Amino acid sequence: MPAEHDHHHGHGHGHVHPVSFDPTKTEPDHYAPAPTAGRAYRIGIGGPVGSGKTALTAALCRALGGELNLAVVTNDIYTTEDADFLRKAGVLAPERIAAVQTGACPHTAIRDDITANLDAVEQLEERFPALDLVIIESGGDNLTAVFSRGLADSQVFVVDVAGGDKVPRKGGPGVTTADLLVINKVDIAHLVGADLDVMTSDAHRMRGELPVIAQSLVDTPDAPDVARWVRSVLPVRAG
Amino acid sequence: MDLSALILADSRFPGGGHVHSGGLEEAVGRRLVTTEADLPGFLLSRLRTAGALSAAFAAASAQAAGRGVHSGYWGRLDQELDARTPSPAQRVASRAQGRGTARAGAVAWPSPVLTALLAETPRPHHPIVCGALVGIAGGEPAEAAAAVAYLAVSGPASAAVRLLGLDPFAVNAVVARLGTEVRAVAGAAADVAGLDPADLPAPGSPALDLFAEAHARHHEEEVRLFAS
Repeated sequence: MPAEHDHHHGHGHGHVHPVSFDPTKTEPDHYAPAPTAGRAYRIGIGGPVGSGKTALTAALCRALGGELNLAVVTNDIYTTEDADFLRKAGVLAPERIAAVQTGACPHTAIRDDITANLDAVEQLEERFPALDLVIIESGGDNLTAVFSRGLADSQVFVVDVAGGDKVPRKGGPGVTTADLLVINKVDIAHLVGADLDVMTSDAHRMRGELPVIAQSLVDTPDAPDVARWVRSVLPVRAG
Repeated sequence: MDLSALILADSRFPGGGHVHSGGLEEAVGRRLVTTEADLPGFLLSRLRTAGALSAAFAAASAQAAGRGVHSGYWGRLDQELDARTPSPAQRVASRAQGRGTARAGAVAWPSPVLTALLAETPRPHHPIVCGALVGIAGGEPAEAAAAVAYLAVSGPASAAVRLLGLDPFAVNAVVARLGTEVRAVAGAAADVAGLDPADLPAPGSPALDLFAEAHARHHEEEVRLFAS
């Protein structure tokens, strides 16, 4: 049953939009993001285990490291491994990578109790006062994991073709509400029997106007489409 | 019991406690704790040492927040707890939770007392900020002491469920059976809450100190799931 509400656009003439309770009809958030007040912008990267979050983080460091002052917080039950992967990839100075333990609950650390992550972000900001962007990479988790808005200004959810082409259809807050959905490893879609057209069309159906990017870090190692999206969400920094 | 003490003792309180195991992960790694039967000994020892120390400082802090103190008090209280925490890894763990609790507490119970405390010690020890918040909210020193004494055992108990897949009902029953001991520890802490910081008790557990150091070293070499 459609409901209606008033909503103001700031120019005085409140008019009426229909509100849909259909989860497949998501729209972009109408509300302006909270100002970041001179601190670094924070992007969360979440998604299931093995979908390519760390590889995407490394790709973004390569793509954006030359133009942005960057740092990364990794969170994983295999924290040391992910941080080591980034350090060995040589995409970022080791002192710009912080590792956080999540007490075996990766979703708690990005949603219900963000303290350990926030502390890591703030310590990086103290060490590098001119940081533009902090990428917080969640530990691999299930489809219900989302970042608290108290931790991440924007969030990316990463799924991959090998995880099954029905994943976008299954929905869940990660797939339906993340600011960007990335469908990863499209170069191996034919090898794992995944129908990429089904995946992207399901993703668009579940996400409405929210963006979806299909990519392969084998074909495009610097993730140019995702890097372009990151540039588009970054606030213009005063001073 | 004051609501502030209940909130601070709740595992859903967003103060960063869920990533700490209080030495339990190291004990599991050494196969010193493998079943539910090993837990009462570990938890009781922890309660009577690390728990009693935390309780004494939380009670003193709650009382100080309630009565008002001269400048310099919070720094001294913090230093005295530092002096009673020989393991650097435990100091880091306590201050990480203290900072997280202060961040959440400043939103929930804003107060000039908390501002003064954080001006003297920006990353306070966990029991000190817990006690201050209970005192600010109008709670009693014994309530602050009971909350942190309970946290000294509930955190490791929850870590045991996650690390070993123990029966959560059995583990919960182990914690429930510590009721008399938690009350005794909190009562003893409340009895000394008015002492000068330098005169507060100094119970210690060399084994937990060594576990904390070993745990921090293992982080460098292999995977650990908890920060402490």
